Amino acid sequence: MKVWVYGDPAPGSTGYKTTLELLTKARSLGGDVEAVVLGPGATEAAKTCGEYGATKVFAGDDPVFSDYIGTAAAHALHALVQEHRPNMILFPLSYDARDVASRLSAKTGSTIMSNASEFGEGTAQTAIFGGAKIVDVALGGPDPKIVIVRPKSFEPEPAGGSAEVVAVSADIPDEAKKAKVTERHEQEAEGLKLEDATVVVSGGRGLQQPDNFKLLDELAAAIGNAAVGATRAVVDAGWVPYAMQIGQTGKTVKPKVYLAIGISGATQHIVGMKSSDRIIAVNKDAEAPIFNLADLGVVGDALKVVPALTEEVKKLKG
Amino acid sequence: MNVIVCVKQVPDPNNPYELTGDHRLKRDGGQNVLDPGDEFGVEAALKLTEAGGEVTVVSMGPPQAMEAIRRALSMGAHKGVLVSDDSLVGADALVTAKVLAAAIGTQTYDLIIAGVESTDGYTGTVPGTLAELLGLPQATFAKELDIKDGTLHIQRQTENGYDDVECPLPAVVTVTAGVNEPRYPTFKGIMQAKQKPVDQPSLSDLGLSGDDTAPTQTIAKVEPAPARGAGEKVEDDGTGAAKIAAFLKEAKVI
Repeated sequence: MKVWVYGDPAPGSTGYKTTLELLTKARSLGGDVEAVVLGPGATEAAKTCGEYGATKVFAGDDPVFSDYIGTAAAHALHALVQEHRPNMILFPLSYDARDVASRLSAKTGSTIMSNASEFGEGTAQTAIFGGAKIVDVALGGPDPKIVIVRPKSFEPEPAGGSAEVVAVSADIPDEAKKAKVTERHEQEAEGLKLEDATVVVSGGRGLQQPDNFKLLDELAAAIGNAAVGATRAVVDAGWVPYAMQIGQTGKTVKPKVYLAIGISGATQHIVGMKSSDRIIAVNKDAEAPIFNLADLGVVGDALKVVPALTEEVKKLKG
Repeated sequence: MNVIVCVKQVPDPNNPYELTGDHRLKRDGGQNVLDPGDEFGVEAALKLTEAGGEVTVVSMGPPQAMEAIRRALSMGAHKGVLVSDDSLVGADALVTAKVLAAAIGTQTYDLIIAGVESTDGYTGTVPGTLAELLGLPQATFAKELDIKDGTLHIQRQTENGYDDVECPLPAVVTVTAGVNEPRYPTFKGIMQAKQKPVDQPSLSDLGLSGDDTAPTQTIAKVEPAPARGAGEKVEDDGTGAAKIAAFLKEAKVI
C-alpha cells in the first residue's frame, strides 16, 4: 500500500503540526509513506517530513500554490496522483488542505471522508455527537481514498530518516488561477497561543456579557501558562475574536487542564476540547451536558466562582 | 445578478441527535430546520440581489426538506430546486456534490453560495467538490463578501487573521456564521413563499444514473466512545472556588 500525506509547509501552523502527526501514524500501517508539500517553505518542510517517516517528498515552493484558493495545488496534486497512484491520501483538517482535498475528490472520483480521528488501510474512524459515539467507516470506490484528519489525533514522533525530495512543477493553467489572495492580514494573538497553553480557560454564554471575559483573563494570568478560549456562540455574537474559538470550526486544544466556564457543552464545542487531560466545568445548569465530561463540576454562578477562584489561586501560589 | 444558495435541512441542533437502526442520522423526528449556517448564505444572496436578479435555493434531501426550502423562500428567495430520491438516502459528500452540480447546471447564475459546513455532518467538502465539478473557482471561509465591478471580493478567515481574496464570476463562495445578520421571515414573506415555484427534478431529469449516486462509504459499526472516568459534581455552597484551586494544585498546573 502507498500512503501519501498532504503536508502544510508553514512551520508553527496547525496544518504543519498535523502533517507530522499523520506521518507518524502512517508509518505504523507498514506501507510506503510519501508526502506532497506545496507552497513557500515546501522544500524546508520536506526535510522535516523525512525525519517523521516520509521516504519521498514531492515539494513545490512556488507561491502559486498558496496564492490561489485550492485550485493550483489541486491541479498539481492530481497530476502527481495520476503518475504515482497512491492508494490513500491523508490531509490535515486545515482551511487550505480541506479546499484542496475537496477538489481532488471531484477530479479522481474518489471517496472523501472528513473529520477522521483514526485511519487504517481503506478504513477511517470519526467521532460524532460531540464524541459520544465512534463510527467506523469502510472506504470504497476508486483510489486514492481521501481522508481529512483532525489535529492532535496522534502524538508526533520522529523516526530519524531522510526523504528524497522531488521538485513539483509550478506550471499551472490559467483556469486554475482565479480566486487569488491579494493581501494577507496577520492578527497576532496577545500572549500564549491556545494550542500551546498548559491550562485553557474558556467562556460561553453563561458569562452573560462580553465584559465578563476579563474575569477569565485575570484567572488565566493568575494561573500562568494559561490562555483564554471561547465557544462559537459568543464568537458569533461578536463578544470575542474568532481566533479564540475552540471547537469544530475553530481550534482543537488538548491542555493539561481545561476550564469550561458558563459553557453548556454543544457538540460543536466539545469536539475541540474533549481530549484535554482533565476537564473542570462551572455552570448554573446542573443538567448541562458539559458535566458528563467533567472530572470536576461546580454547579454555580460563574460570575461568583471565577473571581473567588482567581483569589484562591493567588493564595495557593503565594 | 442571479445567485444560487445551497441549503440543507438538518435536525434541530438544539435537540439531541439520534441514529436510526442502520446508523443514519434520524431525520424524520419532525423537528427539522433549515441549517442555521445556511441562513447566512440566504441573507448574503438577498443583499447581493437587491439591485435586481433572482435567488434560487437548491437542496438535496428527503421530501420534508421542502420545509427548509420554504423557509429560505419566506426570507425572500425567489424559487427553489429540491432533488429527492430514495436512492440518495445515505449519500456521501461526493454523491451530494454530484447531485447539486447537476441541479445547478440547469440554472443560470453568477454566484453560488454555501455555508462553510453543515451543522449536522460538518464534512465541509461539498462546496469545493461542487466547484470543481462545475469548473468554477472557490472562495472559501468568507467573513465579509462584496461584489464590485463583476468581481467577488471576500475576507477569508485564516488561522491567524484573514486574507483578502479576489475572484472573477461565476464562482462558489462559502460563508461563515457571522458574515451578516440573517433576517426573520415576515408574515407576508411566509404567505408569499407558499406560491413560489419549487422544481423537483428526478435523477434521470438531471442525467444521473445509479452509478453516479452509489455511495462509496459504508458504516461498518458504531460504538459508544470510551467513557471518561466519572467525575465529581458539587453544588457551589461558597467552597466551589477552593475545590477547583485544590484540583489545579493536585494537577500540578499551579
